[in-house]
Amino acid sequence: MNTDHDPFAAPPATTRRRNRWLAIGAITAALAAILGFLLAGVGKNLVYYWGPTELRAAGDRAIGATIRLGGQVVPGSVRHTGGVSGIEFDVADRKGARVHVKATGVAPQMFREGIGVVVEGTLARAGYFEGQRLMVSHGNEYRAPHDRDDVDVRKLIESTQGLDDKKAR
Amino acid sequence: MTAAIGRSLVLLSLFAAVAGSVVAFGGAAYRNTAAQRWARRLLALYSASIIAANLLMVWALLRPDFSVGYVAAVGSRSVPKWVAIVSLWSSLEGSILFWGLVLAVYLAIAAWTQRASQSDYMPWAIGVWLSTAAFFSLLLSGPAQPFTTVPLPPSDGPGPNALLQNHLLMAIHPPFLYAGYVGMTIPFGLAAAALLAGRFGPGLQRTLRTWLLVPWMFLTIAIVLGGWWAYEVLGWGGYWAWDPVENASLLPWLTATAALHSALLVERRAVLKGWAVTLVMASFLLTILGTFMTRSGVFNSVHSFTQSPIGPTILAFLALATVFSVLLLAMRIDTLAPEGQLEPGFTRDTLLLLGNLLLVLFAFTVLVGTVFPLIVDALWHRQMSVGRPYFDHMVAPLGVALLLLKGLGPALPWRRPNRERLLRTLGWPLVTAGLAFGTAWAAGSRSPWALLVAFFAGYAVHVALREIWLPIGQRLRVLRLHHALAEAQRTGRRRMAAHVIHLGAIVIVVGVAISSTMTVSKEVALASGESFALGRYTLTFVGAEVRSEGHRDAVVARVDVAQGGRHLASLTPRMNYYASQQTPIGTPAVRSTLFEDLYLSLLSVDPARQTIGLRALVNPMVSWIWAGMILMAIGAIALLLPARRTLPPAGAGGVA
Repeated sequence: MNTDHDPFAAPPATTRRRNRWLAIGAITAALAAILGFLLAGVGKNLVYYWGPTELRAAGDRAIGATIRLGGQVVPGSVRHTGGVSGIEFDVADRKGARVHVKATGVAPQMFREGIGVVVEGTLARAGYFEGQRLMVSHGNEYRAPHDRDDVDVRKLIESTQGLDDKKAR
Repeated sequence: MTAAIGRSLVLLSLFAAVAGSVVAFGGAAYRNTAAQRWARRLLALYSASIIAANLLMVWALLRPDFSVGYVAAVGSRSVPKWVAIVSLWSSLEGSILFWGLVLAVYLAIAAWTQRASQSDYMPWAIGVWLSTAAFFSLLLSGPAQPFTTVPLPPSDGPGPNALLQNHLLMAIHPPFLYAGYVGMTIPFGLAAAALLAGRFGPGLQRTLRTWLLVPWMFLTIAIVLGGWWAYEVLGWGGYWAWDPVENASLLPWLTATAALHSALLVERRAVLKGWAVTLVMASFLLTILGTFMTRSGVFNSVHSFTQSPIGPTILAFLALATVFSVLLLAMRIDTLAPEGQLEPGFTRDTLLLLGNLLLVLFAFTVLVGTVFPLIVDALWHRQMSVGRPYFDHMVAPLGVALLLLKGLGPALPWRRPNRERLLRTLGWPLVTAGLAFGTAWAAGSRSPWALLVAFFAGYAVHVALREIWLPIGQRLRVLRLHHALAEAQRTGRRRMAAHVIHLGAIVIVVGVAISSTMTVSKEVALASGESFALGRYTLTFVGAEVRSEGHRDAVVARVDVAQGGRHLASLTPRMNYYASQQTPIGTPAVRSTLFEDLYLSLLSVDPARQTIGLRALVNPMVSWIWAGMILMAIGAIALLLPARRTLPPAGAGGVA
């Protein structure tokens, strides 16, 4: 800390203009550095909103990344494993892509075959999706959008009864 | 008919606000006192018409009169009266009408308390206030018109969003939030007036500080109440998720807090006037940004928010207000030249400045994490969000550093201290800090951040208590206790109140640090009669029953809580079923004690087979957060109560 002079006292008018430009330059540089640091932090903590197709397309990038996987629970695929907490099922989108999900924890009230779900977790090296949180869409049936556009996972997430869903506020 | 009257009132308010702002600016620029008087009258007309429009809407909701568009959308015959009234702000159009109500009340009070003021800044301020009011009346008369006429009124409506009906806190939280958000308009107008008038004297400083403190207090309460609501209703066991809606309320709070602290330097040293004014303006702009983020549906999808004209209209206003503020600052900030200077070195001045920078950095960090997904989605059509770890990791060091400053800053004298005195004032609090650290360690905390928070919090608590006690203690040497208290209250109240606010904030930070690092949680599936252990507790699922409660049905599970074989309580987490919604809404059951909460939330329930899926958490020290909020509110109110003066105030009347 500079203790010799006070940066906020009024200097003589001649040096004032030069000081101002110096100050603006310094502040801009500092802001750029801070922004870079923050964006690096953002980059490391992104949560991707993907459907099965995007998950497949991402390949190895999906392994270990935090993903909110949205899609429809394939009828006939649900298996309760390990008694109390543990459930396996397939999630599919309209484009036919499928991902096998192994989730821990208790399934929410509305969970059933054919319903729209969002699973937060990551892709395991073995190729299945490791779910940590399971959320269910408010509507009875999740209608995936048609093939021309991406699965609107954001919309699906919006409609989930969720752990941190408070958009209704 | 009702709808037509409502529309007329909204249009009247729009006229009053537009005409009033034009007349006010004209009156200020040409120093025309007749025009200034007319501006005040138009302000009164604006307030009256918006208040009347709100009363009309409440009346329509209570009847309920389904020929009014908004009532047809959110009203219902079967909801209780309090839900009908709360419906006023439960949906978009109504919430903007309510926004107008809050602004009308603020403007009426601000104009009334300044009615005798002959100052040069008031006409400018009224102009800026009414311009903002005009924008919201414009929103109400077009894009977000609540008084549309329904040609064939339905016989009943759906009622408000079930999530909002589910808890009484939803009746309390939004008014506080609005009082905080909307109230930022008043200091914004005063700050802009300081720039427009080219003077930021002691009178305006006092007025601005008071009018900044009011919305700041409401915002503080609203943020904590929002967390409390999430905790009591949403059932995931926490109170803060760095959700955009939450961040939107935190951002202006951070800059307003910085502004309040920089006001101390403005007042003491007559420096940093431009900086303080900038922070006040930024706080207002952030409330508009928050309104845009929460009210336009932009977080649902960047590409669909333009489907309703509300989003773009708010965005246009945000752009306009930002350009106005930046231009005003660029052109006029030189008129607020410093008249004194900061005390350099290791002084209170330096730490206040540092704290200001940290608060702004804090706000910037949260802002980047909040708007990043929007920008990525808008530019590259990729959907993503920024995960909690970003916020937790980036913000924790800033929060801890601010806590340290909260202890050190007030311990330092305003003047450059001598070494001996410095060691004494800074040394003693270390004892309390050590005690707090030891307590946290003994309680089992091993998180470095939480332990650091405990240490700094102990330090800051010692300093705050010493600052509160000092004016009493000094007077006790010559006076009896009650005289000393009265005397200290009279002359040192501002200082004492400020430190009560600090105490409250410290209590909150401790609650957050401990609860976020020491939670124990479990998810289990249980059949009736089954038990499981969580921490020191044994939880037994007794049974589940279906109840009918008028406007909703519920499945209520009973869980007995025992500790060491002794029955402690029966908790009843439940699922509520509302007619308007297929999905049930879980309501957790919370057993709060001073040091920990037992939190039970139903994930699923099957009353026929008597089985439940249960999430159970032991959350330590969560109730400290709510208690801290109450302390902060008490401190803020004490700070706001008008001081009884023994001497005539300097520059009374003309300046104030």
